[in-house]
Amino acid sequence: MRMRIMEISVGAFILAGMMALVGLALNVSGLSMSSSDDTYTVYARFENIGGLTSRSKVTMSGVLIGHVTNIDLDTDQLVARVEMEIYDDVNFLSIDSSASILTAGLLGEKYIGVSVGFEEEFMQEGDYFEDTQSALVLEDLVGKFLFNEVSE
Amino acid sequence: MSHFEDVIIDIQQLSFSRSDRPIYNNVDIKIPRGKITAIMGPSGTGKTTLLKLIGGQLNPDSGKIYLDGQNIPTLNRRELFVIRERMGMLFQSGALFTDMSVFENVAFPLRVHTKLPEDMIRDIVLMKLEAVGLRGASELMPSELSGGMARRVALARAIALDPDIVMYDEPFTGQDPIAMGVLVNLIRRLNESLGHTSIIVSHDIQETLGIADYIYLVADSSVIAHGTPEELKEVNSPQVRQFMEGLPDGPVPFHFPAVDYHDDLLQRGV
Amino acid sequence: MESLARLGRFGLNNLASLGRSGMILFQAIVARPQPLTMFPLLVQQIYFVGVLSLIIIVVSGLFIGMVLGLQGYTILVDYGSEQAVGQMVALSLVRELAPVVTALLFAGRAGSALTAEIGLMKATEQLSSLEMIGVDPLRRIIAPRFWAGFICLPILAAIFSIVGIYGGALVSIEWLGIYDGSFWANMQNSVDFADDIVNGLIKSVVFGFVVTWIAVFQGYDCIPTSEGISQATTKTVVYASLAVLGLDFILTAVMFGEI
Repeated sequence: MRMRIMEISVGAFILAGMMALVGLALNVSGLSMSSSDDTYTVYARFENIGGLTSRSKVTMSGVLIGHVTNIDLDTDQLVARVEMEIYDDVNFLSIDSSASILTAGLLGEKYIGVSVGFEEEFMQEGDYFEDTQSALVLEDLVGKFLFNEVSE
Repeated sequence: MSHFEDVIIDIQQLSFSRSDRPIYNNVDIKIPRGKITAIMGPSGTGKTTLLKLIGGQLNPDSGKIYLDGQNIPTLNRRELFVIRERMGMLFQSGALFTDMSVFENVAFPLRVHTKLPEDMIRDIVLMKLEAVGLRGASELMPSELSGGMARRVALARAIALDPDIVMYDEPFTGQDPIAMGVLVNLIRRLNESLGHTSIIVSHDIQETLGIADYIYLVADSSVIAHGTPEELKEVNSPQVRQFMEGLPDGPVPFHFPAVDYHDDLLQRGV
Repeated sequence: MESLARLGRFGLNNLASLGRSGMILFQAIVARPQPLTMFPLLVQQIYFVGVLSLIIIVVSGLFIGMVLGLQGYTILVDYGSEQAVGQMVALSLVRELAPVVTALLFAGRAGSALTAEIGLMKATEQLSSLEMIGVDPLRRIIAPRFWAGFICLPILAAIFSIVGIYGGALVSIEWLGIYDGSFWANMQNSVDFADDIVNGLIKSVVFGFVVTWIAVFQGYDCIPTSEGISQATTKTVVYASLAVLGLDFILTAVMFGEI
């Protein structure tokens, strides 16, 4: 009988551990089972990436469509080159789409916002965003304001 | 020395030391089959070590330990485990498994080494417990037993597999007179009825003299005397006399080696 | 000269015990495992090591989560981003506090008990007695305890995380009045399953391995007297805690340090 109680409580213990893990996955990380792992890679060049890091989100109209996977310096043009993976089912980014680095809230994290253009042709693996907008750096903004150049 | 007709354990030229301190130096011991042999000597002479050497838990620096022709120190782990099925050992503390009941403790060697059905194991365990007079205690846990009872259960466990050799490590230490009498009787009776060889390590002179057929007296890392109890009582060597009669001072000095007492006292402050 | 010799002796002793502990680990778990005979023993050990540690883990997880909620709120409210408290609570728990605090509590609660139990078995000659019966104590005593610790710590850490997060949620949503939608949404946006939860889990697996290894070795290698056992128990807690904290830094650097 003592052994039986032990076995039951060990079973319950392991079950609780698994449930905790599932709870962490679903409730805390918001992992959804349907998210596809298949992605394609595109690039964008930015004058200034602000505080963008790898693993930052890539969104379109606020919907998550991918992640930043790598950031390095383009030694030819001397600007930042951001590599990002876009989910395969988002296959309708026209080649004149634009990418901008945005901020969630005043002090929130940086992410990339994509807006679609009008061309018929779609972006493929390895393509670059032609139209990009760099991060808004607070110091630049304040500087421009001081020199009264904000109106530009 | 080799006047026994049938020797079961033959120890030749055994040397063993523990971190530079010699415990045994070229010791020869022969243990006769089916008899009770006692290894006696003052504390700290490594009597328990001898049992561990026979059981293969320790390896000697040099020398041979033959058990029916097999030299124990040269056996590998697997052969050692096989030969240990022929040995039962009663540890000083009893060494019952504290997380099992008395019944399970005695059943343990049977479960490990045999594939007997459960009802047969039950019969054997109850027989062994009956032999030590504790069949009624089979459902108790070791923590509920007195010291003497724990040792009797351990004895039942040691004889569970009907071993050829039973080794007793200080079986009488720390027992009240009644428990001691019970144990002395039990060892004698089991030896007669089951016909195994018993090796007793002890420094309790009276009890051991009462049951041993043959005695080895160990001191200063060698055997200083051996013989039947009657023979030993006749030996005139001062070392043997001191141990047999329990004199406080003699060849084994009362004082631990030290510098001269007078000098030591005067040296204070230097 | 004497101090140099002492340093050398210290180094040699430590290397020797490292070697012995490696041998014990190898013999206990690698050499000829016997899953069938071990299973009931394993269940028993998971009960002692895991189930009986559950209360301390749940209670400390709850309080640590609640404290994180309170502290996070008082800091974040100055920047007007108190909605991020869920993110802060979840990330600090899942990445750091759950694996580390669980491992430290586990070393104190289960590790010291393992050491003391094995040390006592050695002192009362139960280990020798097993050997004389013809059973390898490494396989019978050490292996199930080792596996139990290894299995239990990740489970306990996961329970610690989830309890802590709900504790933080309780404080932030019910008492501090943060809108529950933004609490959970912020958390879910920032916590990544592969990067945060799986990495936290890997940490606790590593800690489970190290803590039980230390506990089991200290018990098996201790001097079989009451003083030796108490020393070994202390060593288990100290060494295990130091190892957990040191390894945590290394693992964090590898996992989150952009290396």
